[in-house]
Amino acid sequence: MIAFSVNGEPREVTVAPEVPLLWVLRDHLGLTGTKYGCGIAQCGACIVHLDGQPVYACVTPVGSVAGRQVVSIEGLGAGRIGAALQQAWIAEQVPQCGYCQSGQLMAAAALLTNHPQPTDEQVVAALDRVLCRCGTYNRVRRAVHRVARPPTKQA
Amino acid sequence: MTAPVRIDRRAFLRLGASGGGLLLGLQLPAPLARWVVPAASAGVGTAMATPAEFVPNAWLRIGSDGGILFLVARSEMGQGVMTALPMLLAEELGVGLDQIVVRFAPADPAYVNIRIGRQLTGGSTSVREAWYRLREAGALARTVLIEAAAARWGIIPATCRVERAQVLHPDGEQRLDFAALAVAAAALPLPAAVTLKPAAAWQLIGTPAPRLDSPDKVNGRARFGLDVRLTEKAVACVVRCPVFGGRLRGFDADAVEGLPGVIAVLPISSGVAVVAADTWIALQARRMLRIDWEPGPAAGLGSAALRARSAARLEQAGTIVEDQGDALTALAAASTRVEALYEVPYQAHACLEPMNCTADVRADGCDLYVPTQDQGGAQQATMEITGLPAAQVRVHTTFLGGGFGRRLEQDFVREAVALSKALGRPIQVVWTREDDLRHGVYRPAGLNRLRGGLDRAGRLVAWQHRVVAPSILARVAPAAVADGVDRTAVDGAVDLPYAIPNRQVQYRQVDSPLPVGFWRAVGTSQNTWITECFLDELAAAGGRDPLALRRTLLQGRPRHLAVLDLAAQKAGWGAPAADGRGRGIALVDAFGSIVVQVAEVSLQAGVVRVHRVVCAVDCGTVVNPDGVVAQLEGGILFGLTATLKGAITIADGQVEQGNFDTYPLLRASETPVVEVHIVPSTEPPGGVGEPGVSPIAAAVCNAVFAATGQPVHSLPIRLRA
Ligand code: FES
Ligand code: FES
Repeated sequence: MIAFSVNGEPREVTVAPEVPLLWVLRDHLGLTGTKYGCGIAQCGACIVHLDGQPVYACVTPVGSVAGRQVVSIEGLGAGRIGAALQQAWIAEQVPQCGYCQSGQLMAAAALLTNHPQPTDEQVVAALDRVLCRCGTYNRVRRAVHRVARPPTKQA
Repeated sequence: MTAPVRIDRRAFLRLGASGGGLLLGLQLPAPLARWVVPAASAGVGTAMATPAEFVPNAWLRIGSDGGILFLVARSEMGQGVMTALPMLLAEELGVGLDQIVVRFAPADPAYVNIRIGRQLTGGSTSVREAWYRLREAGALARTVLIEAAAARWGIIPATCRVERAQVLHPDGEQRLDFAALAVAAAALPLPAAVTLKPAAAWQLIGTPAPRLDSPDKVNGRARFGLDVRLTEKAVACVVRCPVFGGRLRGFDADAVEGLPGVIAVLPISSGVAVVAADTWIALQARRMLRIDWEPGPAAGLGSAALRARSAARLEQAGTIVEDQGDALTALAAASTRVEALYEVPYQAHACLEPMNCTADVRADGCDLYVPTQDQGGAQQATMEITGLPAAQVRVHTTFLGGGFGRRLEQDFVREAVALSKALGRPIQVVWTREDDLRHGVYRPAGLNRLRGGLDRAGRLVAWQHRVVAPSILARVAPAAVADGVDRTAVDGAVDLPYAIPNRQVQYRQVDSPLPVGFWRAVGTSQNTWITECFLDELAAAGGRDPLALRRTLLQGRPRHLAVLDLAAQKAGWGAPAADGRGRGIALVDAFGSIVVQVAEVSLQAGVVRVHRVVCAVDCGTVVNPDGVVAQLEGGILFGLTATLKGAITIADGQVEQGNFDTYPLLRASETPVVEVHIVPSTEPPGGVGEPGVSPIAAAVCNAVFAATGQPVHSLPIRLRA
């Protein structure tokens, strides 16, 4: 049995420790907001926060999260930054098909937690790990800046 | 439009009889009991359960409990139909988008896409097809609700109007909710004709509306196909023959059977399926199967051999598809001739949500939960496998994590249905990314020879284009290629808007072991690249500016010129580009819309960097302006992946790529600034899901040509070191 916290709730699962966290969330805990897109840490659709840091759930063995805090898209809105990002996403009308957006939001939230006022380069670098086939990158970027409101450059 | 906004029933009939009104051709709804209506998403409104409903047509149900249900009969794959189509209905009905519940419609003849003849989403047709139908449907319901209210008040209907799901009495005081009128409205006959609101009275059409699916797409609640969870569901992964056209000789499942969680291993028509309690178990067990394939005739084939096949066809005359003037004589007489060979590779759709389907086949019926673009096809495929009648095959469409034409196919549906039938339990077939890229249907690879001729004055007088490509229609609708021409292969090569007096276009089919399919923007996605790049080669040969040449060739076409000029002006065409940068322009007239794009690029260490894309569009009347902008932005980036990134290649009859490490998609750091400008129009709407894809490759390659003097003749762009 492996015990860890998901979105603030204690959870226990009886699976082999090498099973990726992605499939534990989706198939065992019914949290389908975290998506499968590649399974090899290439697309970012599966990004969740592990103790506040973004990780690819598809390559994170569930055994390695024992005793730790996982936050998935379903829990994102409970935090101030997460809720603000969700609002900004709607304001910028970011999602198209929406499939990548959990990963986009989780990557953005981790960035803003670590860098509340990121430069544009930092925003692009953080988002570069999440693929969007529908082409929402510019709106994602605008939405992140909308929350970060970086100080306007002094001439 | 001069039609009155409000009008009483007698006036309708008069208008209808005199031809002044729009006749309704609506099919009445299937019996309500057959309408299993899955939640489009958990957060959109409340469920409805009321026996007393006003059901004026297949798209609308108004309950006496205040619920207003819209059934969206097209698939939401990111293009915004779940918002744009309700806007049309709501505009005429007189309700706000915040007052309705939206669900995806089941498979039913009432929902056939009349532009295509089948219930499917594709060809950038959704808004175009719904433009009159859904507004008429809304107007019809409004008319009857007003009649019901007027009868209750004992006044003339023409004196009433609607606002936010209420009928308003002319006294300015009394009002009746649609809910209170539902039962009475249901008892009234439907009018034979209705009159639509004039554009000046529109409150929703043309005003940006937030997408109805956004809230659920930012909190993880939107339900895609892979998110379907049924009790007793098992997950299946299928091993398919890696070589196209191969077949199963036998398999050894000893290592797998009896493993905890493995439910069954069984052969199906596409390969060998491992059915397990969850996805991970199925994936792990699948790797342990030992399978003996008969690889078939494609074994040993590689991309070079396939190219050689096409090259041989290119030397043979094709079927003439378009013939204007006398291209051959004009070429022979031209004072300047240009010839070029253009080559496009196979491309995959790479929808971010891999293919999947959940089927629950029982003796008395089947429920399909599937992200599909083709409900009619899914139902048909299920009927073929199960022998069930249509009424017993219920298609529940989930959100689609991308479609782009891939989800017009039924391969994943057939697998799920066959397995559920065999095992007697709900089965979710899950494809991995590798399955998706290696067992897709691909955008056809093509080889093209173009010849152009200029006269002594530098005018473009001759154009010949020979297209050699595998045929999509030969696979999906063989009767459509009986004359040797696949129209989808020459879309974007024929019917160009340019005034070129002598023009010939030929098509020559070539066989390929790869199944080819509809890929966003289809023929125009590659032919626009070819024709627009060749036009720039001809411009250069004649010493003409690419914009000036296009303007000359588009005289007498004011809509095209307006789009061209707007894009050029916004992009600063004519002002010198920054050092080391080049600008390129390209135009397409496709799917009922005109799109022009100007790309600005630079070359850094042999890599093309696209800095900025300015896009102008005339897509007729705009329903949801921000939705149009988003589709063009998305189309541009979708097309950029095919311009700059990878390709599907073959070795030994198998796809060489497997995942995003070998089939990369454009990333955020490679994304240009994109600006979209809409030309105002009162024409009926054009499509916007696809035409944004078509010009971008040419705009970028023409910019590279401008910066380097080297035309780009194959995609993706690989510059000579
Ligand atoms: S599914 Fe984990 S990165 Fe793609
Ligand atoms: S919104 Fe469709 S993949 Fe990003």
